[in-house]
Amino acid sequence: MNFTTAQSNLFDPAATGVAVAPAPAMIKLTDIEKVYQTKTIETVALNRVNLTINKGEFVSIMGPSGCGKSTLLSIIGLLDEPSSGQVEIAGRPVTSYSDKELAGLRNQKIGFVFQSYHLINDLSVLDNVELPLLYRRSVSGQERRQRAHAALDKVGLSARTSHFPSQLSGGQRQRVAIARALAGNPELILADEPTGNLDSVMGEEIMDLLLHLNRHEGVTIVMVTHDEHQAQKTERVIRFFDGSQVS
Amino acid sequence: MLLSYLKIAWKVLLRRKFFTFISLFGISFTLMVLLVVVALFDHTVGAHAPESRLDRMTFVQLLHIKYKNGGNQNSPLSYYLLDTYVRPLRTPEKVTIYSNFHSTPSYVGNSRLDLDLKYTDEVFWQILDFTFREGKPYTPAEVKSAARVAVINQSTARKYFGTDTGVVGRTIEINQTNYRVLGVVDNVPAMRLSSYADVWVPITTSPDDLRRVQLTGDFSAIIMAKTAGDVPAMQAEFDQMARRVPLDDPKGMERLDLHADQLLASYSRQLMNPLTDYASDGLTILYAILSGIALLFMLLPALNLVNINVSRIMDRSSEIGVRKAFGATGGTLIGQFLVENIFLTAIGGLLGLLLAYVALQLIDGAQILAYAHFELNWRIFGWALLATLFFGVLSGVYPAFKMSRLQPVQALKGGSK
Repeated sequence: MNFTTAQSNLFDPAATGVAVAPAPAMIKLTDIEKVYQTKTIETVALNRVNLTINKGEFVSIMGPSGCGKSTLLSIIGLLDEPSSGQVEIAGRPVTSYSDKELAGLRNQKIGFVFQSYHLINDLSVLDNVELPLLYRRSVSGQERRQRAHAALDKVGLSARTSHFPSQLSGGQRQRVAIARALAGNPELILADEPTGNLDSVMGEEIMDLLLHLNRHEGVTIVMVTHDEHQAQKTERVIRFFDGSQVS
Repeated sequence: MLLSYLKIAWKVLLRRKFFTFISLFGISFTLMVLLVVVALFDHTVGAHAPESRLDRMTFVQLLHIKYKNGGNQNSPLSYYLLDTYVRPLRTPEKVTIYSNFHSTPSYVGNSRLDLDLKYTDEVFWQILDFTFREGKPYTPAEVKSAARVAVINQSTARKYFGTDTGVVGRTIEINQTNYRVLGVVDNVPAMRLSSYADVWVPITTSPDDLRRVQLTGDFSAIIMAKTAGDVPAMQAEFDQMARRVPLDDPKGMERLDLHADQLLASYSRQLMNPLTDYASDGLTILYAILSGIALLFMLLPALNLVNINVSRIMDRSSEIGVRKAFGATGGTLIGQFLVENIFLTAIGGLLGLLLAYVALQLIDGAQILAYAHFELNWRIFGWALLATLFFGVLSGVYPAFKMSRLQPVQALKGGSK
């Protein structure tokens, strides 16, 4: 795999071995609640969650199925709205943002990696990776291609640019998904069980890739996982149970 | 971005071939039928030679007599009525009087050739712009002297003389009467009832007694205004005149309806008389009915498209979710689906054009209607395509709008709320 040299190193305790000054909060959640309401049942998915994720951190979120991990990740990623509480990104509450502004924030600041990859099967690997840049008017077609090629290079798939997702293995697809998340050069990557559909070898490969991005490129990563072994590799583990943060 | 949308659109069309086929079939078949119907309509009432100055022409084809006992009679007019009341009108530039065409026997060797014969005055050739392949029409003097002269069409020249050139001056025998051929003109389609015939001869050679005082007969008239703008004034003068025409039988007859209508209006007055009782030309009602039928006809593929698009777009909710997650706004997504729909309807439109061309060629080739020549009407094609695009856009906007308003997380889960 062709990992590039670190461009920034906001947090790398392994490299320095000394305590660093507190990094600025990238995400701050205050009293977040998410309630799903039907005619007969009210389900509390998140119950008064308070959480701060600092710039450069690699945080994993763990907990049993249905405990609200993915809901939390969706709220952090501005894919869903909380029922109550406040989400702040880089010191600014996002509740007052319009849909267009939220779309802009997702496009500029956040990259997503999903458990089931969510690649667009009708598009080639390169077209898939270009997707975030497609929604940036300032990026020309040529620059889009270059940046997509660079992102694919980082995940070791530069030889597969013209393939289609159906022609790739699960691990390769997830690497394409990571390249897509990276193409927009986001400050934050949100990964929802990125190794959940992969065997252990491929899972390790993807995990190494995410660790590399965090340690050598300074990308903040929040990862939902069921895998204790992988969670232990991250800097901080947050545990959830029945919609509440337990540690 | 547009290229990316088109790529996706093409892939989606190929991915769901059956739905694509149904969509394209709906669009193209509808357009084809519309275009063929419009071509037939245009062929019948559009401005084409020799009736190319239709905007200045009005037609007096039928006289309606309402009887006191409730009876009705629709009949062509007498020469006397047209010559006495219509020809002296002051507003028109020209008035021509001519008979209906009648099948008349002729013989080439031992085989019978039925020719449609029409009696006309000399003005007929001035109002209608026939294309003379050779020769010329008959003169006022020839009409006045009831000369046995004839203008024949190209088809008759070929059938009777075996050639359509060099026949001027030769003799054609029709119904045991010899006529000297003065000219050969291009064939006129049979649907153009006023100008169509195989052979045209001076009205004075008609076996009818032209001087007989009566209302009904076998004749019609075309009245041509100096300009298109003069038509209403000409019609007003005609209407004034029509009120002065005395009833043949005041005891039995209640009233006469006599009008000088433009070509389409002359047909619609007859068609719509159950609704209008000849009081108006019924053109507005006819247009409303035709537009309603066309709209209903286009609504079917439009509803089909809406249905298919809803299912097609819902199928792609995951893609919509991903696009939203990576920064697509609702407006961008609606734009994407609009491009896809316009792409689909444009393909359907082109197929429709092709099908209509083939269908019109087949109808032309089958010669169902004598001398018919159908042409695609580009103006109507433009309108029909625009209407289909409008429905295509409308059918795409609704589901796209619905999906674009979903939270990305719901779209990623498949659009269920």
